[in-house]
Amino acid sequence: MLPNLYDLPVLARQQRTVLKNCGLIDPDSLSEFLARGGYAALAKALAAGDDGQSVLDHVLQSGLRGRGGGGFPTGRKWQLTRQQTNTPKYLVCNADEGDPGAFMDRSVLEGDPHRVIEGMLLGALAIGASYGYIYCRAEYPLAIKRLEHSIEELERVGLLGDNILGSGFSFHLKLKQGAGAFVCGEETALLASIEGKRGMPRVRPPYPAQSGLWGQPTCINNVETFANVSSIVAEGGAWFAGIGTERSKGTKVFALTGTVKNSGLVEVPMGITLREVVFEVGGGILEDRPFKAVQIGGPSGGCIPDQLMDTPVDYDSLIAVGAMMGSGGLVVMDERTCMVDLARFFMEFIRNESCGKCIPCREGTTRMLEILERIVRPASGESPRETVERFKSVTLLEELAPVIRDTSLCGLGQTAPNPVLSTLRYFRDEYEAHVFERRCPAGACRALLTFHIVAEKCKGCTLCARQCPTGAIWGAPKQTHIIDQDKCVHCGACQDVCKFDAVSAQ
Amino acid sequence: MTTHVCECASAVERILRTFPSGRREALIPLLQAVQEEFGYLPQDALRAIARHLHLPAAKVFGVATFYNQFRLKPVGAHTIRVCRGTACHVRGSKQLLDAVADHLGVTPGETTADGEFTLETVACLGACSIAPVVMVDEDFHGAVKTNAVAKMLEPYREK
Repeated sequence: MLPNLYDLPVLARQQRTVLKNCGLIDPDSLSEFLARGGYAALAKALAAGDDGQSVLDHVLQSGLRGRGGGGFPTGRKWQLTRQQTNTPKYLVCNADEGDPGAFMDRSVLEGDPHRVIEGMLLGALAIGASYGYIYCRAEYPLAIKRLEHSIEELERVGLLGDNILGSGFSFHLKLKQGAGAFVCGEETALLASIEGKRGMPRVRPPYPAQSGLWGQPTCINNVETFANVSSIVAEGGAWFAGIGTERSKGTKVFALTGTVKNSGLVEVPMGITLREVVFEVGGGILEDRPFKAVQIGGPSGGCIPDQLMDTPVDYDSLIAVGAMMGSGGLVVMDERTCMVDLARFFMEFIRNESCGKCIPCREGTTRMLEILERIVRPASGESPRETVERFKSVTLLEELAPVIRDTSLCGLGQTAPNPVLSTLRYFRDEYEAHVFERRCPAGACRALLTFHIVAEKCKGCTLCARQCPTGAIWGAPKQTHIIDQDKCVHCGACQDVCKFDAVSAQ
Repeated sequence: MTTHVCECASAVERILRTFPSGRREALIPLLQAVQEEFGYLPQDALRAIARHLHLPAAKVFGVATFYNQFRLKPVGAHTIRVCRGTACHVRGSKQLLDAVADHLGVTPGETTADGEFTLETVACLGACSIAPVVMVDEDFHGAVKTNAVAKMLEPYREK
């Protein structure tokens, strides 16, 4: 007998609200969305004739918090914007999903664009906005196509535009394409970008709710936040508040990736433990290798080691262990991932994406990256000054981190040191092995590895010798080859090409 | 060279006509439209955009160099984007990037001498479940192995 789809381990622990329609309906078909109860919440809210007060009440009661990362209560943000008397007001959907390793918003926009737009319409009604923007990153061409199609169709049937459903409520929605700047995920930078400027954050207050786009009251929410709203209005705020934990309500979509068996999007109720997500929903580690850590929250987040995997998934518990909810990227790593290399990877990302406005972020992340690069470089050819700095590196990192955190303007800078701090906190021994023993326990930092040819396995095919960029491999055809360690630049090309697995790295 | 500038000018004029003049919010969409047309942003086009929007050329240049999407130099016939997101990194995209760079003999950001390929990196393509990912023009290639790079690129040389 075939099992029920939701009895499968990968789905049994999931609870799908945001992803309810994804994969089940044709995203380009308004009628399929309507058939699944779409725009019923909007019709109900408009029929109430209370100017969106009931929508706001439901969202306040639901306890919904922003799904973009910070976790600010959505209802409070809406209330604040509703109270502003200055018109016109703007509503903006932040679809600039830039966290490497995250694709929740992409899937919702591609699989169920109307759910997001309905959420926006309800939001616009609640705050009294008459104009809206969806700021979507240009790297998501299909999402852009689907949104354009949906907006056009809604304008045609009268669900967007003036006097929607004869209620007197008007809302005009436009799509804006990002141009590839991670910092534009920050709300004030995003607004600057819509206005046609460089995407640089500005000082808050005034908050966008008071003075946002072109100085007008503006409310900004993330894609997933909007995708929750129609269900909240349809089912009631109390229903939503019944899911999750005391201070984190509802469900959260995670992009489960890395070396995990079932990678993809999962939607789980708040309060589930990370271990359940990775091992029950995710099915465990690829090839059943030992688990090492899970990276949550992207470049602003942190790494959570095995001993803390029973941490419940909610905003406050994650911050307590040095990570954050972030937008929902969940990258699983096994023993072959080097934590120093991972910290270096994130620092390089942040260094590249820092907008350059605040000196501590612009210069500080460059210095942190230099320190990390010094740790993973081979000792040969190191100047005495570099040796001293390598030995001081861990202390220097710990000194720099709080300065960058405390003196940067926006979330990017304030959280920039997190990947380093969390890996230092839980994997200090790995840093020490790199710094003092010149050894990478995970075997990932090639510059610190010594390559050898295993005599018993080498067939003398000469492939490695031909591939070696520095001519460091010696040996006659059909004879065992050897590597000249003085010439070796640790590139690993020999290991990549060897067909007999004869090159070992230690 | 002269003819190139002429062709460019008429195409830029055509694009400019589709955007209202003097409205700064049109700047990024305009730059995107021009790059869509030429594959990069010619200097004359940047000046024309500045005039159209009543902005100093320096402001237009500032925006064009701030965003990763914009290029000020012509690109190759095909663009290769190697994803450097976290999931791809954990599954070996650094080695993959090195392999593509070696194969083409260029570093990221450069174009091959024959003008066929431009190699770029991208922060995340959002296709993490098929990591490591390489995007060639509009095509996604998932779970790419370092030794399969040549085979992956071969079909594009003929196009």
